[in-house]
Amino acid sequence: MDTDKTKIQSLIDNHQGLKKNLIAILLDIQENFNYLSPESLRVVAKALDMPLIDIFGVATFYRAFSLTPRGKHMCLVCMGTACHVRGGPKILEEIERKLDVAPGENTKDGQFTLETVACLGCCAIGPVVVVDGEYHGHATIRKIGPILAKYQKPEAS
Amino acid sequence: MKHYRAHLLVCAGTGCVSCGSFKIKEALEKEIKKRKLQDEVQVVATGCNGFCERGPIVLVQPDGIFYQLLTVEDVPLLVEEHLLKGRPVKKLMYVPPDEKQPVPKMKDIEFFKHQRLIVLRNRGRIDPEKIEEYIAFDGYEAMGKALAEMTPETIIAEISASGLRGRGGAGFPTGRKWAACAKEKRTPKYLICNGDEGDPGAFMDRSVLEADPHAVLEGMVIGAKAIGAVKGFIYIRHEYPLALKRVEIAIAQARDNGLLGEDILGAGFNFDLEIVEGAGAFVSGEETALIASVEGKIAMPRQRPPFPAQKGLWGLPTVINNVETWATVPNIIRRGADWFQGLGTESSKGTKIFSLVGKINNTGLVEVPMGITLRDVVFGIGGGIPKGREFKAVQIGGPSGGCLPAKLLDLPIDYESLTAAGAMMGSGGMIVMDDKTCMVDIAKYFLNFLQDESCGKCVSCREGTQRMWEIVRDITEGKGKESDLPLLEELAQVCKDASLCGLGQTAGNPILSTLQYFRHEFEAHILDKRCPAGVCTKLIRYVVLSEKCTGCLSCKKACPTEAITGSLKEVHSIIQTKCIKCGACQEACRFEAIESQRDEAIQVI
Amino acid sequence: MAGKKKLRIQDLAKIREKTKSLMTIREGEGRARVTVHMGTCGIAAGARDIMDALLDEISKAKVQDIIVTTSGCAGLCSAEPMATIELKNQPPVKYGDLTPEKIKKIFVQHILGGQMVTELVLAVGSETVY
Repeated sequence: MDTDKTKIQSLIDNHQGLKKNLIAILLDIQENFNYLSPESLRVVAKALDMPLIDIFGVATFYRAFSLTPRGKHMCLVCMGTACHVRGGPKILEEIERKLDVAPGENTKDGQFTLETVACLGCCAIGPVVVVDGEYHGHATIRKIGPILAKYQKPEAS
Repeated sequence: MKHYRAHLLVCAGTGCVSCGSFKIKEALEKEIKKRKLQDEVQVVATGCNGFCERGPIVLVQPDGIFYQLLTVEDVPLLVEEHLLKGRPVKKLMYVPPDEKQPVPKMKDIEFFKHQRLIVLRNRGRIDPEKIEEYIAFDGYEAMGKALAEMTPETIIAEISASGLRGRGGAGFPTGRKWAACAKEKRTPKYLICNGDEGDPGAFMDRSVLEADPHAVLEGMVIGAKAIGAVKGFIYIRHEYPLALKRVEIAIAQARDNGLLGEDILGAGFNFDLEIVEGAGAFVSGEETALIASVEGKIAMPRQRPPFPAQKGLWGLPTVINNVETWATVPNIIRRGADWFQGLGTESSKGTKIFSLVGKINNTGLVEVPMGITLRDVVFGIGGGIPKGREFKAVQIGGPSGGCLPAKLLDLPIDYESLTAAGAMMGSGGMIVMDDKTCMVDIAKYFLNFLQDESCGKCVSCREGTQRMWEIVRDITEGKGKESDLPLLEELAQVCKDASLCGLGQTAGNPILSTLQYFRHEFEAHILDKRCPAGVCTKLIRYVVLSEKCTGCLSCKKACPTEAITGSLKEVHSIIQTKCIKCGACQEACRFEAIESQRDEAIQVI
Repeated sequence: MAGKKKLRIQDLAKIREKTKSLMTIREGEGRARVTVHMGTCGIAAGARDIMDALLDEISKAKVQDIIVTTSGCAGLCSAEPMATIELKNQPPVKYGDLTPEKIKKIFVQHILGGQMVTELVLAVGSETVY
């Protein structure tokens, strides 16, 4: 726990401990710890000399932040307009069925977090599914099983 | 720098990268080395080439040969045939839809032929991570001119005379914005580059930042001199990691070379830039919300006036322009207002970048002169609708815009015409839809987006978008009433009248424009409980067309609920009680034998 | 701040001049186009040395708006290695039985100077390249 505090403090220091860098600090914590723990928000509030409620406000306002730990693999489904007209919703439904999870939630085994995104800006290859930063373009219902299996497999062994 | 006889320009925009273009680049370099061509041939990673549909893309110069849809396996052939033996490889070239002969040269491809590149002039031509390549193509020349030969007044006069209007949405004249800020006495003043490109389906800002980041930097230094700013911020959404990286590199290089920081170019002018990474909120594209976000706060818009030019970042005078606008500025200063004036229409000058996506053959990014018709873009450059389907609508302007029908295809694209037609320029997203797109579903899509992204400050927007979404959702589920349509129109109007910022004021547009042009589709959903496009799941059922079914078993294998019966070479059929309407069978069928039809079980009340 | 020398306004033009000649190739334009015939026969006869010598000369002369490409066998294998020189708005000129020395001479006299090296010329004007 203490090491976490030191780590968080160093992330804050990277941004000169300035109030204006709150979002950047939270993004760094999110990236390092996979979520924003209540503890980390308290550390930030203290270091920046800001009320906890303001930190909490920012943490809950922006989409990039999560207040609960995320799954091992992040599965991101693009819900941009271009992906939508090319069948994005059907892809999302299939993933929901396959993983038995709703967008914004983790699977029961903690392996996957399913999230949607408004647009990734690579509309040419839509519908797009991104798992752990790897883009899977021209997604079809039938491709979903094999795509997910790729990430599930190493865990089984 | 060395002289190479051939340059391989590998597109490294996000679209191509996600199709594996870096792997292509690696393979090319390896193969070139293997063939001992490394001293003759240079491989360069460029920004987005624009023809994203065909990625990964490699352009071979000086021949101008355009290779597309490359795989790593194609690389040895390409290197041996083209680079060693000088025989361009036909089978890797682009073949237009419905044609047999490939088009070898990029400049002859319809998609590129009709474009006019100003902001995107360096796309697919320079390595965005090398400042000297930007300088080679007249980069920073305009900045030198502005710093050495121009005064703030003459810069603003030039921008005003050019007729440049903001490329991010409302189209406010850039010169007027700068003049208002220059007039303010309070200091320090700030600049912001709005790279929070939130409109789904629009990615021109990402592309400019990735392909030509120095153009944005140069534009901002010129703007800084014009208004007397000391510091600027480039706000980039965190969904764009590659853009963030390239801008970071560009800023470091510019500083290293004395093009940013103190005493820029020895001209005695100081200005520096900082990157601010967004955290995902559509509303932060609104300028007062953006200011709050740069300050590290919740991106909630505030009342205007005072405008940011008077009271912006930390209450000080601030100019905010979007990425495309900033990247246009150096071109105007370098080539003059008269030149820019000569492009476009009476009220909309210059060029505009559009992202052409959706049901279109040539998906990609196009830069065209203002005033070009929708038809020229969709059919001329875009190559029309895939599979010869029928054009139904084009959605322009993102969630604040509207859907324009086929009868408006000859509409010239300029700020006023689009607004009059019920859409708007917005940032330039163009989503093409065909007869398989349901317009009620599209309205539902945008309302869902808006109710999700509404910051919640104004009741009219927070509750209004939510309520409109619920009503349209009910319509798509067969629960619509005739009284819903006038209610929707009323809600859209209230949302427009009573909301503070652009998001709320335009939130009614998607519903109003679809109601204006596609009311019959709403009525079909409400009165007949029928989705004409066969999209709304609750109103359709999947059936096998016996005359088309070959009994190949593909659909049966794809079905997750074993709802399909029939054996090999026997016409299949779907057990409706087991069907979950996932669409897997339709996707699997190669004979278009599965159709979505009106679900007869639905009761018409 | 550590870093390299800060640029002045006049330096920009210098960089532009220096790099632009290297970059004109990306626009597919140049004052001359040299095609070295690199079919199997050409390579066997030493076309690679011709290419190396040519690129070397181009670098040394610092006139880098010259396009160098390769092509397959020119059909006259006995005269390999061969090269075709096309100056802007002039018919192509074919040279045969090249050596590094000969290509150097052709480079200086023909490409830079605009005067054909008549004693080495195989043919003037010809079938167009693809």
